[in-house]
Amino acid sequence: MPPVALRPAAPRLGHLDRLEAEAIHIFRETVAECRNPVFLYSIGKDSSVMLHLALKAFHPAPPPFPFLHVASGWDFADMIRHRDAMVAAHGLTLIVAHNAEAAAAGVNPFTTPTPEYTRLMLTEPLKRALSEHGFDAAFGGGRRDEERSRAKERIFSFRNSSHAWNPKAQRPELWNLYNARLHKGESVRVFPLSNWTERDIWEYIRRERIPLVPLYFAAERPVVERDGLLIVVDDDRMQFRPGEVVVRRKVRFRTLGCWPLSAAMPSEAATLDDVIAENLASDVSERAGRIIDHDQAASMERKKVEGYF
Amino acid sequence: MARPSPDPAVAAVAPLPDVEPDLLRFITCGSVDDGKSTLIGRLLYECRALPADQLAALDADSRRWGTTGDAPDFALLLDGLSAEREQGITIDVAYRFFSTPRRRFIVADCPGHEQYTRNMATGASTADLAVILVDAAKGLLPQTRRHAAIVRLLGVRHVILAVNKMDLVGHREGAFDRIVEAFDEVARSLGLDRVTPIPLVARAGENVVHRGPSMPWYGGPTLLEALEAAEPSDVDRPGAPFRMAVQWVNRPNAEFRGFAGLIVSGHVHPGDRVRILPSGREARVERIVTYDGDLERAVAGQSVTLTFDREEDASRGDLVCGATDPAVVADRIEATLVWLDEAEMLPGRPYLLKIGTRTTGAIVTEVRHRIDVETLKPHPAKTLALNDIAVVELSLDQAVAFDPYEKCRLTGAFILIDRLSNATAGAGVVHQALRRAQNIHWQALDVTKATRAAMNNQKPQLLWFTGLSGAGKSTIANLVEKKLVALGKRTYILDGDNIRHGLSRDLGFSDADRVENIRRVAEVAKLMVDAGLIVLTAFISPFRAERRMARDLLEPDEFVEVFIDTPLEVAERRDVKGLYAKARRGEIRNFTGIDSPYEPPENPEIHIDTTKLSAEEAAERIVAYVLARC
Repeated sequence: MPPVALRPAAPRLGHLDRLEAEAIHIFRETVAECRNPVFLYSIGKDSSVMLHLALKAFHPAPPPFPFLHVASGWDFADMIRHRDAMVAAHGLTLIVAHNAEAAAAGVNPFTTPTPEYTRLMLTEPLKRALSEHGFDAAFGGGRRDEERSRAKERIFSFRNSSHAWNPKAQRPELWNLYNARLHKGESVRVFPLSNWTERDIWEYIRRERIPLVPLYFAAERPVVERDGLLIVVDDDRMQFRPGEVVVRRKVRFRTLGCWPLSAAMPSEAATLDDVIAENLASDVSERAGRIIDHDQAASMERKKVEGYF
Repeated sequence: MARPSPDPAVAAVAPLPDVEPDLLRFITCGSVDDGKSTLIGRLLYECRALPADQLAALDADSRRWGTTGDAPDFALLLDGLSAEREQGITIDVAYRFFSTPRRRFIVADCPGHEQYTRNMATGASTADLAVILVDAAKGLLPQTRRHAAIVRLLGVRHVILAVNKMDLVGHREGAFDRIVEAFDEVARSLGLDRVTPIPLVARAGENVVHRGPSMPWYGGPTLLEALEAAEPSDVDRPGAPFRMAVQWVNRPNAEFRGFAGLIVSGHVHPGDRVRILPSGREARVERIVTYDGDLERAVAGQSVTLTFDREEDASRGDLVCGATDPAVVADRIEATLVWLDEAEMLPGRPYLLKIGTRTTGAIVTEVRHRIDVETLKPHPAKTLALNDIAVVELSLDQAVAFDPYEKCRLTGAFILIDRLSNATAGAGVVHQALRRAQNIHWQALDVTKATRAAMNNQKPQLLWFTGLSGAGKSTIANLVEKKLVALGKRTYILDGDNIRHGLSRDLGFSDADRVENIRRVAEVAKLMVDAGLIVLTAFISPFRAERRMARDLLEPDEFVEVFIDTPLEVAERRDVKGLYAKARRGEIRNFTGIDSPYEPPENPEIHIDTTKLSAEEAAERIVAYVLARC
């Protein structure tokens, strides 16, 4: 038995304790009821919180499932570094899914229309990897406060054999009794962070000292202003438009994705406290920084029906 | 395992203040007409839970779909799915979040119409409190009583009665008092402990977060004040017994064996004596293991991993209880059931029951009565349809540990799962064990099935013929039996008509009666197989679920499904008994193939296509199959 340093008893459970316990319960139910779960690891802050919760859920065992990263080939270099550091630190099994054929055929975030790019570089390789490995459950970092159609999504959200979501055929979820039973070919997306808000995520990161990709903190970065959005030039594949110039500006990100499609915000917030203070003062929700979502009304709902996470 | 050093930007942060906000989950009940969505929208708006871009989207949506002219229509904010927005109704539970410095809130926003009882039950199952909306101009409606009954059934004891649209009754105190008095009567009859009535004008925001000038006679709390003052979840009540269902056994190596679960009631210390149910063995808690180090105490609401002082073979599904106050163990229970599925509940049909982390086979043996949720009066019922609520008796394949729901919600709640569709078909709360449960034990007899099989020199088995009326089941089964008897086998035929004249004389042809008929046949056939016979049954047995139940009663190699496959038009053309003609004329109802479905087998052991084989050829094939197994 290891030396035991007993922690003093908490006087009462706060909301983060409750949310943590609920997420751990969800992780364990999935592992107990599903044959072959996988963790969809996007390397962002929600994924980092989810990783931390997975470590807690199964301690002292390592998380008993692999981690799948859908790499578009346009991830920030910092994200790949962070991913590899986490995999090494925790002994995780990493699977990288990438649509090499589409990349070779010239699909890229500059000239391919965004919905098409998203489908080919994110949705398709995800669906293919899920089918190839026969995963029947996939943990995702979706939260109900992110977007309206998510507010009604279940914690265990079912996908048919072509990975599509049918919002009208959701199973009722009562108490903490999840029904994860599947027919052959079906799968379930599991959202342990369903009841967390963006604020909870940040407060939990602070309380638990969860390591994040440095892009979440303000630093001087090479920036191009395009259509009113700030794009950080992460490598030499940037396709400039006439007249565009790179300037160094102090910026940070609220959400991370493919670097040519992620808008940065000007910020001086270089520490976690500053970031939290700035986010709470701001009244723009985090998805506003994602170019993908601006395409059409109800866009997220449509993408989910197609199988996007 | 090495933990990575914290990010420098993170490490620089000062620790959080000692008192973290707590969490309150509540449900709102009421219909669009009552102004429910407007009320929640207003609450989110005033608690600054709406970011500017969502407000902008709201403005755009209000112009397109709204009913409030150019002002923001808060109802639109809450209708998430586009199908619902277009229909203008809320068809599903939506979860909303807002906070004050003291408390975080999770709102389950539920539609109010009668056809959404299941959604309200879903929202109420995790709620600490319910906000029930009433339109001041309309007063209490039958639906108000229904909302109160459902939240009470699901164990919610504190209700905020939000009397909205006070502007329509001239903000008069008398109008408010009359509604409060009427509701008090409902609350008393239901046993709702705490009712906090509040007069409101949601559209103007009066008494939601701020007081308004129009109701100076009201001295009580605003809605937000009442929500902040409410007692949160009852899970860590003092004196509550310790309960933790084992979710997962953690065995990373030979030295460590931990039992992971969520504590749903009470608390635990290392050294505490616990009883593990249903086995009843006792152990002492050695460690409370977490990623952040061992704990000296863990309480309801925490997910932990326990180790015991001796090798304990507890597994998923077991309930760890404080040894001095353990849960009840039974395989027959009385419960109130809310039906959630489009497919009706049929007594005798096998379902899966999940309670805590245990899943076991279960049938509803009896519907005591259905409850009319508007009058709360009992009504006789044999089956349950979507949104029905009833008191039922259940019989389980295995004994399970539980507490009465009134005593502990999370150890007294269960769901029923349809075995074929996998749908969550029902949700129930356990009241008590049924007496007989503890007293019936199967006699372990010394003369076994194997002994009898050896004496008969055959492999006892059940040949289950299924197919449409007039398909040729009885004809072929009789030929098979003659051939088997000629070969010295001991057989017995259970025929549809014979059973109907005796054992099932009391049953008709409704879906529920058909299910019960097949259950009886399957049980009798099982006893006969146990007696060493080769049993042949010839029943239409139209539903996959019942054939599955018969299959599950027997050992895997004892059940042979024989599909007598005759197309409907062929069977109808033959019409040996003239039944199809009668059914077509409407003289017989619920006739399989005409106005009642036949679900063909998916993987029968034997598939006879009667358009290709004669009865004699079919019988030969079946006999060959049986002999190959004897």
